[in-house]
Amino acid sequence: MSTISQPPHAASRSADDATTPVLIRGARPYGDAPTDLLLRAGRIAALGEQAAATATHLAEDGTPALTVEAAGQIALPGLVDLHTHLREPGREDAETVETGSRAAALGGFTAVHAMANSTPAADSAGVVEQVHRLGREAGWTRVQPVGAVTVGLAGERLAELGAMAESSAAVRMFSDDGQCVHDPVLMRRALEYVKAVDGFVAQHAQEPRLTAGAQMHEGAVSAELGMPGWPAVAEESIIARDVLLAEHVGSRLHVCHVSTRGSVEIIRWAKSRGVDVTAEVTPHHLLLTDEQVRSFDPVYKVNPPLRTAEDVEALRAALADGTIDVVGTDHAPHPEQAKECEWVDAAMGMTGLETALPVLIATMIETGLMDWRRLAEVTSERPAQIHRHAHLGRPIAVGETADLVLVDPAERRTVRPGEHATKGRNSPYAGRELPGRVRATFLAGHPVVLDGAPATSRTGRTADRTVAP
Amino acid sequence: MKHLLSTAALAHADALSILDTAEEMSAVSAREIKKLPTLRGRTVVTLFHEDSTRTRISFEAAAKRLSADVMNFSAKGSSVSKGESLKDTVQTLEALGADAVVMRHAAAGAAHQLAAADWTDCAVVNAGDGTHEHPTQALLDALTLRRGRAAAAGVDPRGTDLAGMRVLIVGDILHSRVARSNVWLLHTLGAEVHLSAPPTLLPIGVEQWPAVVHYDVDAALDAEPDAVMMLRVQAERMGGAYFPSAGEYTRRWGLTDERLAVVERLPGPARDGSGAMILHPGPMNRGVEISSAAADSPLNRVLDQVSHGVSVRMAVLHLLLSGDRGPDRASETAAPAADPSPDRSRS
Ligand SMILES: [Zn+2]
Repeated sequence: MSTISQPPHAASRSADDATTPVLIRGARPYGDAPTDLLLRAGRIAALGEQAAATATHLAEDGTPALTVEAAGQIALPGLVDLHTHLREPGREDAETVETGSRAAALGGFTAVHAMANSTPAADSAGVVEQVHRLGREAGWTRVQPVGAVTVGLAGERLAELGAMAESSAAVRMFSDDGQCVHDPVLMRRALEYVKAVDGFVAQHAQEPRLTAGAQMHEGAVSAELGMPGWPAVAEESIIARDVLLAEHVGSRLHVCHVSTRGSVEIIRWAKSRGVDVTAEVTPHHLLLTDEQVRSFDPVYKVNPPLRTAEDVEALRAALADGTIDVVGTDHAPHPEQAKECEWVDAAMGMTGLETALPVLIATMIETGLMDWRRLAEVTSERPAQIHRHAHLGRPIAVGETADLVLVDPAERRTVRPGEHATKGRNSPYAGRELPGRVRATFLAGHPVVLDGAPATSRTGRTADRTVAP
Repeated sequence: MKHLLSTAALAHADALSILDTAEEMSAVSAREIKKLPTLRGRTVVTLFHEDSTRTRISFEAAAKRLSADVMNFSAKGSSVSKGESLKDTVQTLEALGADAVVMRHAAAGAAHQLAAADWTDCAVVNAGDGTHEHPTQALLDALTLRRGRAAAAGVDPRGTDLAGMRVLIVGDILHSRVARSNVWLLHTLGAEVHLSAPPTLLPIGVEQWPAVVHYDVDAALDAEPDAVMMLRVQAERMGGAYFPSAGEYTRRWGLTDERLAVVERLPGPARDGSGAMILHPGPMNRGVEISSAAADSPLNRVLDQVSHGVSVRMAVLHLLLSGDRGPDRASETAAPAADPSPDRSRS
């Protein structure tokens, strides 16, 4: 095992000004007419004819641009994931910030929000700063730590939310994800307290008593398989309570991984009432159902569980009409032994960073439920707005941060988890053909992915974790 | 049929074939020398991650009457227990050269996972997986029902299914693999299935099952079942979690002496008022789900069920192991170990 040694000059390599200019030729922003884009000094410097002209000038001045041919490819703002499990610190056998953020880059994500359920939990300034620093050193994507709501995610007392907010990681999103902040008083206090730091609480809505020992969605399939059921009401009752609490104290609530039709209806009602609530859906809840559990393959074991076809349909409609604001991957890598066992003993969760965009193309674009502009909203613009990242999730326009992804929507590939950059092999799509391939990802103008493969990170790392010469 | 994992996936023809073969096996069991050479040289491993002496002994007797070699693994005191992954178990059994594995496991789907593993030579028999299925129990119940009706009518049971029969299952349906396997199998064989239980012990989604549900067991008896199957109530369900008390359960759902009197007057399989058959997967909780008088009633077929269990399990092992692959595999097994793989040391 080689250790990563970081040369002292690495930081200077990441300076935007030092990045080679990039000329993207013939890409279709949001699926619109083909155009050229020039990326320079971390920003989109020019579009259209101006882009090629500027590139020519730069070449004459001795700084030739890297030319990326993108005919037929869709240009989208870099994806922003509000829900990623990077496992570091503590479960480096499952994932590290390095492998997870490289997987993110390959999936087209230019920012990920690392959930707090690491070991130790990200419930202090020290841990969130550590994760933030690891993300910057990796340089494949922006890693924004999420802070725990309660100490050790134990649901008993508030973690030091203020200290995490004031830390160099500047935490604004607080979540005990994996655990529900089920105590109503604690949830109320958390919603109130985060107002002081312009933060918000992202709730994993799961009533623990209604889901003790639960293994899968409670319904016709669980009845047949004889597995303890996970009723939809266990999610919906918490969401109903939380939107009312958020309204009462005037705070911001974000609902993680909404998975039922009933949850959608409650959120729609809350929004119509003016409650400051936003909601997320995962790619897997847009595609898979509890029918998959009939295989007893633990790769389909996930929290919240896969629901019914009716729920999938409601979630797709809600994402299209704006009731659900964003897509979050809930990327949850696990080591093999955590899934190669009996269902009841298996860990919950599935990988998602490298398959999110293909699943969205299959479920939302190819079905005609949304266009590329709406896809950019739910994958980039809205998540950045929810976190109040001023310079992320911006439109593809001159002067904006050059976080971009190029997608070939026509290429269809069979998912092979063994080829993924994440350490997790627990992809529920293994063997499934999905449309769309990320051809290139630009992080502040720096190509972290080219030709569908990792190039170099902003800190000069390559896929084999060495630092490029 | 390569494995027997569930009755939900069991075709009518396969079910009949098992029942008819079980009739032949019953004849063998009635002989003085209760042994057939069919599976000589074949190895059957019983892998029990959950205590069930009754089921294990039944399978063991079945395998031995077919002259198979039997290896028993139980969770306690062997490496095949919690902590050893399913994958390691598969590899261990493969190294033992097992031809069939009879698996009992507390986890739903464990037998399916074993069968789905990349291990094609070995037949897997589900001997009960969590609260999912227990297919041989349902098959022995079906054999008991079929024989009961044939005896009442004085006809040969072979080749017949359960069309026209009405079977009432009473008790903890939610947590019962026996109930699940019976619902699917009895339905496949043409019987009309009725269920009676407290609403707390019926799964959400039961309304989609091919069964009529009655909360009121007396109303269920009014429907004149040919057989009443009483399920065991586990002690941990009592004490207020699923129903208020054992006493209230017995009063409302137990086969009490009063209800026994009703059962005794039902038309029954002979349609002559000689009463319905009483079945129970055992062991019985006398005084809880079944009164002592009902447990000892001549209508009670519990002992038949036990002997039918051996016949059905003989039939299943016979059909799974002596199919087309038989001669090939037998000669392989008979040959001296030409390739002493180092893995065998694992055994
Ligand atoms: Zn969660």
